[in-house]
Amino acid sequence: MKNKLLPIFITSIFIIIFIFFYRGLQNTNIYTPEIKINNKIPSFKGNLFDSNETTNSSNLFNTDKFYLLNIWSSWCVPCRKEHVLLMNLRKNKKLEVIGINYKDTKINAESFLAELGNPYKKIIFDKEGINAIEWGAYGVPESFLIKDGIIIKRYIGPLNKKLTKEIKSIIK
Amino acid sequence: MFYSSIGHYSLILGLCISLILIYFSVKNFKNSTILNTKILSFTFLQFFLVVISFICLIISFVLSDFSNETVFNNSHTTKPLFYKIAGTWGNHEGSLLLWLLVLTLFIFIFFLKTKNQPLKYKLLTLIFQQIIIIGFFLFLIETSNPFNYIYPMPEEGMGLNPILQDPALAIHPPILYLGYVGSSIIFSSALAATYLNIVSNVWASHIKKWIVVSWVFLTLGILLGSIWAYYELGWGGFWFWDPVENVSLMPWLALTTLLHCILVLEKKQVLTSWVIILSISTFTLSMCGTFLVRSGILNSVHTFANDPERGLFILVFLFSLICVSLFIFFFFHKSSQNNLNSFFWLSKETSIIINNWFMMYFLSVVLIGTIYPIFLDVLSSQKISVGPPFYHKLIIPFLIPFLIAMAIGPKLKWIKSNIVDKVYLILLLVISIVLSFLIVKKFDFNLLLNTILVSSALYLFFITLREFFIKKYSNISQNIAHFGFSLLILSILFNNLFSSEIITNLKVGETFTSSKTKIVFKSINQKKEKNYKSIIANFSIENLDGIIDNLSPELRIYNQPNIVTSEADIKTTLLSDKFIVINIVQNQDYFNVRYQVKPFMLWIWLSVILISFGGLISFFKKEYEK
Repeated sequence: MKNKLLPIFITSIFIIIFIFFYRGLQNTNIYTPEIKINNKIPSFKGNLFDSNETTNSSNLFNTDKFYLLNIWSSWCVPCRKEHVLLMNLRKNKKLEVIGINYKDTKINAESFLAELGNPYKKIIFDKEGINAIEWGAYGVPESFLIKDGIIIKRYIGPLNKKLTKEIKSIIK
Repeated sequence: MFYSSIGHYSLILGLCISLILIYFSVKNFKNSTILNTKILSFTFLQFFLVVISFICLIISFVLSDFSNETVFNNSHTTKPLFYKIAGTWGNHEGSLLLWLLVLTLFIFIFFLKTKNQPLKYKLLTLIFQQIIIIGFFLFLIETSNPFNYIYPMPEEGMGLNPILQDPALAIHPPILYLGYVGSSIIFSSALAATYLNIVSNVWASHIKKWIVVSWVFLTLGILLGSIWAYYELGWGGFWFWDPVENVSLMPWLALTTLLHCILVLEKKQVLTSWVIILSISTFTLSMCGTFLVRSGILNSVHTFANDPERGLFILVFLFSLICVSLFIFFFFHKSSQNNLNSFFWLSKETSIIINNWFMMYFLSVVLIGTIYPIFLDVLSSQKISVGPPFYHKLIIPFLIPFLIAMAIGPKLKWIKSNIVDKVYLILLLVISIVLSFLIVKKFDFNLLLNTILVSSALYLFFITLREFFIKKYSNISQNIAHFGFSLLILSILFNNLFSSEIITNLKVGETFTSSKTKIVFKSINQKKEKNYKSIIANFSIENLDGIIDNLSPELRIYNQPNIVTSEADIKTTLLSDKFIVINIVQNQDYFNVRYQVKPFMLWIWLSVILISFGGLISFFKKEYEK
């Protein structure tokens, strides 16, 4: 009897370990949110850059204006070029530009804005890069055009003159 | 493009040969008493095909053929030739191909070198080994083919992670794999021997060579990894209890225990269950390590590939191997329990069994520390990581009796003995205790624990040291290895006790003064190399005795991929290492300077080399302790 119990006992231990490892594989740390055009914006929480207050997505996109959400960082070289165009877009009254400051330090970001100007109505300070993940961003820079809580357009990489024209024509 | 196709098709041919080999072996196993010569030729052919495939991958790397996905992901035209070649096995796909190469090489050597064993045993070992080889072929071709195309061909590659561009790391994987894969031969051979019921002293002295070789390579492989971490990662430590380090330590612990058991089995028909279970677990632990590292199930500083599909494959493969081996063990193994009772309490056998249980304890601590976070994550979605304090608390107290047992055990005789030289044993114990008490007292550390620890290590040190002078070199390999181990523990202890550290922020031209040291930041140079730019800082450090050392740590800014690494500057002397590393402070003129004095670092490396040297000697020695 004793001789039969031991194999069964050991085998079942290994089966349990197998199940745990298998389950562990299922929730690996890779997580790609599905952000598509014509979908609702993801709901998220974040800290505001200036005041450090917590805010959420419904507070940020609450009017019937168009929103351009721009993910940027002071260490990102293409962001500098793009920044001029954002300053230009800011003049448009039907549009609000919201920034997500991605994996940056406050001092660097502030000197970046002091040098090139601040096109953003509000900035979310995303030190860990978590908010950018919630938007399914590939990298910096990246921009989303939003109206009534719906993503209309998504621009991976820096904006250029042609794209800003497109944005302007959509807003009209 | 051309080389990739050759490499790819030779892999597929190699897989076919596995099937042919199994067919011939089964046929030969049933019918004849003479070895079918075709089997040897096919084994060689298989090895040859994998060599071709490996060479093709190296050529693709050297020529920077970016139509090959592996080359594209891990190489760059500006990389030095040495790292282009080393980059072949510095990535997931290439390292698996290397693994396969060693697998086929070892089974070929096994066939050539094994002469006096029964034919059935050789064939069965080959069959088990081919099952493992098939598993790896399928894994390689299906989930991580090193010869995938990219179309259109990219202009430039992504580059090799700069922290992997280090000479120690270039040879670390091959050496470690020789150890891992050696354990697969032990695994297959143990299963075959169990199935045929020939687990005996003849088999033991035959498989001992393989155990020793794998053990030496595994030891050196772990050492190289540790040296790399010390010099390249710039954290100033050599062991971090990181999961990836732990998974190489676990097979080592199992293999070390096996090495001791096989010595007993060589003398006497006992401990057969131990030997079989340890042979199985050494290999499954190596595989388990591959699973944990490659699947991305663990969060670690150096997890390589995050791909659940790969993880699933290894997991299923690993557990099928475990099932097969458990089945064979429970149904075919006839244990020799009656012999167990014939141990006299004071004998070498008893001391080795004590050693076994200690080793099993250490192994379970490391195992639990490594996989507990996974279990917790599954049960409660809580993410934790188990750090050094856990291991230190659980391992250190048990190290004390372990060291003492290690000192006395080898002095006992087989079967039954009385302790000889009682006077010396007690005298040395007293000397060690007094000496360590004085050391600890002088430097005012936590008295009790440190005194006991240091004295038990010193005790082993003195006893093995004395042994060199009185014995007529009958068992020099064991003595060297144990001496090395005592040196290792002593060095680690003193390293922990006497290390000192200064962290400060300095500008060029500034001086930092503490009670013992004066650090002067003299100047900065810039240098441009082929694939990186570097900033070199020059420091001069003066200590209490007025000795001045000039140290120049470096910051490297690699162009592809764009990563900054800190290269520590380390001045090694016989007694201590002076270690300095700098980091950038964002947007300021200041540099973050970390200066450490770490005593006995050199001795940690030397003692591990000594330990493996002990193993090497026993490999070349004809007979063990008559």
